[in-house]
Amino acid sequence: MFKTFLSAFTSPKAAPWLVTAGFFLVWELGCLLFHVDRFILPRPSEIAVQIVKQHEAIALNSFQTFYTTMLGFAVAVAVGLFLGLLVGASPKIYKGLYPLMVGLNSVPKVAIVPILVIWFGIGTVPAILTAFVISFFPIMVNVATGLATIEPELNDVLRALGASKWQILRKIGLPRSLPYFFASLKVAISLAFVGSVVAETVASDRGIGYLMMAASARFDVPLVFAGLVVIALMGVIMYELFAYIERRMTFWATRSQNPTI
Amino acid sequence: MPDVMLVNKPATTLTANGDGMPALVELQAATLKYGQGTLALSETDMRIGDGEFVAVVGPSGCGKSSLLKLVSGLHLPRTGNVRVQGQDVKGPIGICGMAFQNSNLLPWRTTLENVLLPLEIVEPYASTFRRNKLDYEARAKKLLKAVGLEGFDEKYPWELSGGMQQRTSLCRALIHNPRMLLLDEPFGALDAFTREDLWGVLQTLYLDQKPTVILVTHDLREAVYLADTIYVFSPRPGRIVSRTDVPFERPRSLPMTYQPDFVEMVQHLRDSITHS
Repeated sequence: MFKTFLSAFTSPKAAPWLVTAGFFLVWELGCLLFHVDRFILPRPSEIAVQIVKQHEAIALNSFQTFYTTMLGFAVAVAVGLFLGLLVGASPKIYKGLYPLMVGLNSVPKVAIVPILVIWFGIGTVPAILTAFVISFFPIMVNVATGLATIEPELNDVLRALGASKWQILRKIGLPRSLPYFFASLKVAISLAFVGSVVAETVASDRGIGYLMMAASARFDVPLVFAGLVVIALMGVIMYELFAYIERRMTFWATRSQNPTI
Repeated sequence: MPDVMLVNKPATTLTANGDGMPALVELQAATLKYGQGTLALSETDMRIGDGEFVAVVGPSGCGKSSLLKLVSGLHLPRTGNVRVQGQDVKGPIGICGMAFQNSNLLPWRTTLENVLLPLEIVEPYASTFRRNKLDYEARAKKLLKAVGLEGFDEKYPWELSGGMQQRTSLCRALIHNPRMLLLDEPFGALDAFTREDLWGVLQTLYLDQKPTVILVTHDLREAVYLADTIYVFSPRPGRIVSRTDVPFERPRSLPMTYQPDFVEMVQHLRDSITHS
């Protein structure tokens, strides 16, 4: 009886819930035990209370953040896919774009927010653009990698049949880079949240980032943490969504490569 | 090299092999170089008849694979000439089926879909692919049955053993009835039993479709079992050392490979490689 009870808790399905619950429990008990001031680190229960109390402001601002993130992410997918195909298909374009892309990616994204503000004013547009700029790079690199690492023999098989470059891309290049593409989406969506929230904290009058800045100005530390929790939650949900799509679309890449017969 | 000369019978005695048939492939002093440096193949002359089964053997790195690239038009010769069907080769010629040591199947396609791939690319099949898909599928299934893979069409490559993958690869190379079959050590990565099994499979397919075959291999028994003509290449830069005609009747069998005249031929080939 006790054994089956225990095994239900140690099953792989229960593990993520258990670890998360444990994390918040340790946090809660730690704060109680060491009498941590709520202005330094509020307890999860205090954060939960604040979420319920301020649910209207939180909902409104998290919708704004979600919306800017998804828009920036969508543009990143389109641009990343396009550039990735271009760069992966042609070594010349790869060589040409490489230094520029790496340089661009090395620039801290916070640093470009003021520029975006000069161009577009504060508010929604800089958040969307920051989310885009920060998240398109991994998509581009992954798609390009998927294309560039096609086995030369496979290329030869199709070329010897008289296949055009476009046919090789469609029959092999695209399906082969799909697992790389979906893997990059999981990374990119998390980064897109980072981008939009960073832009909101620097220059916006809406969004979770703004809410947190405003709350910290009023020393409402539980509300700051409530904002963090909401962002984390949105990030986890979107990550899981793309992980699910990845499993559905590219089952052949994640299943065992070993012969079963 | 007197012992090699024994095997290299004068060309006039050959009627069943290459010299009696119209040439499908002709190489004249063809040289292949990679980049600026390495000479892969030097001044090679070769004449392969229509429907001839040629095996190319030699130490590794002797330009055997380069020969396939030249014939298929994937690489162009630096000097000399490569002619297929009387035409100078200027690019991929599109009448080849190819198979390599690695089966190179597409993991997102089932066995059947993998075999059908060439029909989606080669004319006249590609433009009528949608309309005739059922016919083509029936044809692919027949081919899969011939190599002993009946009932595996819906399996994915990663669900097949190495030998099964290689059988599928052979089907893919042959589905569009190519005039020429180019095989680059197709059985090199298989265990000895599976390999000998597949010799029989390849022989059956060859007798059925009669394509012109160029088989690159390290295995001398394999070469003698399968080929009409065996070319021995020297180490880099690749050069033809000897040309041997295999007189044995088809279909050939595994017990035959232990007969004295078969063993003797393998030994002579071995010697000619050592002395080259």
